[in-house]
Amino acid sequence: MSILVNRDSKVLIQGITGQHATFHAQEAMKIGTQIVAGVTPGKGGRTHLGLPVFHTVEQAVEATGAEVSGIFVPPAFAADAIMEAIDAGIRVIVVIADGVPVQDMMRVKRYLIGRDSIIIGPNTAGIITPEACKVGIMPAHIYRPGPVGVVSRSGTLNYEAVEQMNALGLGQSTALSIGGDPINGCDFITILKAFEEDPQTEAVLLIGEIGGAQEVEAAAWAKDHLSKPLVAYIAGVSAPPGRRMGHAGAIVSGEADTAKAKMARMQALGAQVVENPAEIGATLRAVLP
Amino acid sequence: MNIHEYQAKALLRQFGVPVPEGRVVHSDAHAAAAAEEIGGDRWVLKAQIHAGGRGKAGGVKVVDSIEQVQIAADELIGTHLVTPQTGPAGRLVQRVLVEQAQNITQEYYLGLVVNRDAQRITLIASSEGGMEIEEVARKTPQKVIRETIDPAVGLLDFQCRKVAARIGCVGKPMNALVRLMKGFYRCFRDKDCLMAEINPLALVNGTELMALDAKMSFDGNALYRHPEIADLRDFEEEDPREVEASGHGLNYIALSGNVGCIVNGAGLAMATMDAITLHGGQPANFLDVGGGASPEKIANAFRIVLEDSQVKAILLNIFAGINRCDWVAEGIVQAIRDQHIQVPVVVRLAGTNVEAGRRILAESGLNYIEAQNLDDGAAKAVQALQGAEA
Repeated sequence: MSILVNRDSKVLIQGITGQHATFHAQEAMKIGTQIVAGVTPGKGGRTHLGLPVFHTVEQAVEATGAEVSGIFVPPAFAADAIMEAIDAGIRVIVVIADGVPVQDMMRVKRYLIGRDSIIIGPNTAGIITPEACKVGIMPAHIYRPGPVGVVSRSGTLNYEAVEQMNALGLGQSTALSIGGDPINGCDFITILKAFEEDPQTEAVLLIGEIGGAQEVEAAAWAKDHLSKPLVAYIAGVSAPPGRRMGHAGAIVSGEADTAKAKMARMQALGAQVVENPAEIGATLRAVLP
Repeated sequence: MNIHEYQAKALLRQFGVPVPEGRVVHSDAHAAAAAEEIGGDRWVLKAQIHAGGRGKAGGVKVVDSIEQVQIAADELIGTHLVTPQTGPAGRLVQRVLVEQAQNITQEYYLGLVVNRDAQRITLIASSEGGMEIEEVARKTPQKVIRETIDPAVGLLDFQCRKVAARIGCVGKPMNALVRLMKGFYRCFRDKDCLMAEINPLALVNGTELMALDAKMSFDGNALYRHPEIADLRDFEEEDPREVEASGHGLNYIALSGNVGCIVNGAGLAMATMDAITLHGGQPANFLDVGGGASPEKIANAFRIVLEDSQVKAILLNIFAGINRCDWVAEGIVQAIRDQHIQVPVVVRLAGTNVEAGRRILAESGLNYIEAQNLDDGAAKAVQALQGAEA
């Protein structure tokens, strides 16, 4: 089992004819991801990587039954592509673009109200269910099937945690990053709910950052609703206030935004908080049976 | 991206927000001429730097003769103004805004912000203008009025009236305030702002509303659709190393420690800094090389990190996903060879093409310290630092 994507998921790639999209679609297919179509407006009717290309998401969904989309279009076109996917009834939308204007995401989130799609990203490395389905840009070969659900903001910190888990023989049910932007397509709580419902997931690792209230809200939700151990790390203890640490959303704007404050509140809410990023793997090992 | 007060006022004026008549000048002689042109008998001179807290730091002067305008401008231009936001070195004042002084009846606060919790734009207003809004929120939270805006319909008239009534701006000026708020919001939305403040918003001569100070910052990711805003960027207000780094596609932020960091990904970069701190060291910088880092990009990263003379050791931590460890290794070899690097370099490579990367480094015959993982890397960097100091 897994969350959101598995070996039966039919995936389409928006912007498939681009160089990065082509490369990552090929990589994803190597682990068995069922990519069924591509969308590039103006290039419909062609074949790319042996896949049919359509002008619109609607056409692609109609022809192939795709229910997951990986969006590889540039940031300036991302919002429109996301809303096109929502409109076409895509269930899981993964947005790789880094640099989507924040007010664009605001409009996307408004458009999403009353509709059921889950948006992962923007500014995400994507989502992977090991050896089954990958929609994203992470190195698939480091991920192994196993009992830990992994959700992070950052992509590379997700890899780091997974490598530590590998060294201890711990695999992942599904791993994803929700992205480093101030307005994320989906929040940590949405993902925790999915992990709670997944029987394969025995523990959840949440990797957050400075800035915003999401991590603490997730810990508060977990306290009442998550029956599995929650291990958490918050990056940015050494970050100075008022500066954006690479990610647009990683900024300490007030006392509650600091890594220390978040960790203290999450610990108080029952999460197993790791202070040293090098001890994520060992902490997970300890909470699992 | 931040802009100067005079630029923000010019922008707001385009959206129908009244601002005082003013001129930007670069010299005391021009200041006097500007004051005569504007007319009146009392003027305000305001140092134009991006940092806040100018008033208390002596960066704002009110004078009542043309001679005094010239003297005040002379005092301001060319000095390094130190405010709580500039750091001890202060900021060089190169421009002064000369405005007619206003007869203020009442001061309000008006702000717009991208509210990440609501995932919408929120209008913030207060009857306590002229003070920092954070301070008002701390002392009298009931005086901070918030109204969140639905992006589908924008800021509505009734919302503006609600806010006006709650900050006590009723009677004649109320309609003007509604118009002003709507113009302010349109500006914020159309120009992709992240934060904007009019503080104070003044009621002048008991009748007229006017933005006496304005601060705006813009979404760097949206500048591609606002070339006119991108043109307002003042590179002299930014750290020259950060500007140079961004020119090379590197995200660099100077900090105060002595372990230079070169990392891919913002999250891993922060975690690397944290690991160094846990081992008793202090990071000299945040640096994210991003994805698809070429050997040249890595070599540039070394150069920029080493421009900081505080740096006594470097920790390079790359977990390659879309990056390639072999390219990174070539960049390290290039940097160590060409830049005659004297400080110890600790290298942790993982992910895509890691074996090829390690081989390139091993065969280079250069001096570096290999680390097995994040913890090992941070420990060895701090250790190397102690060796370098001994």
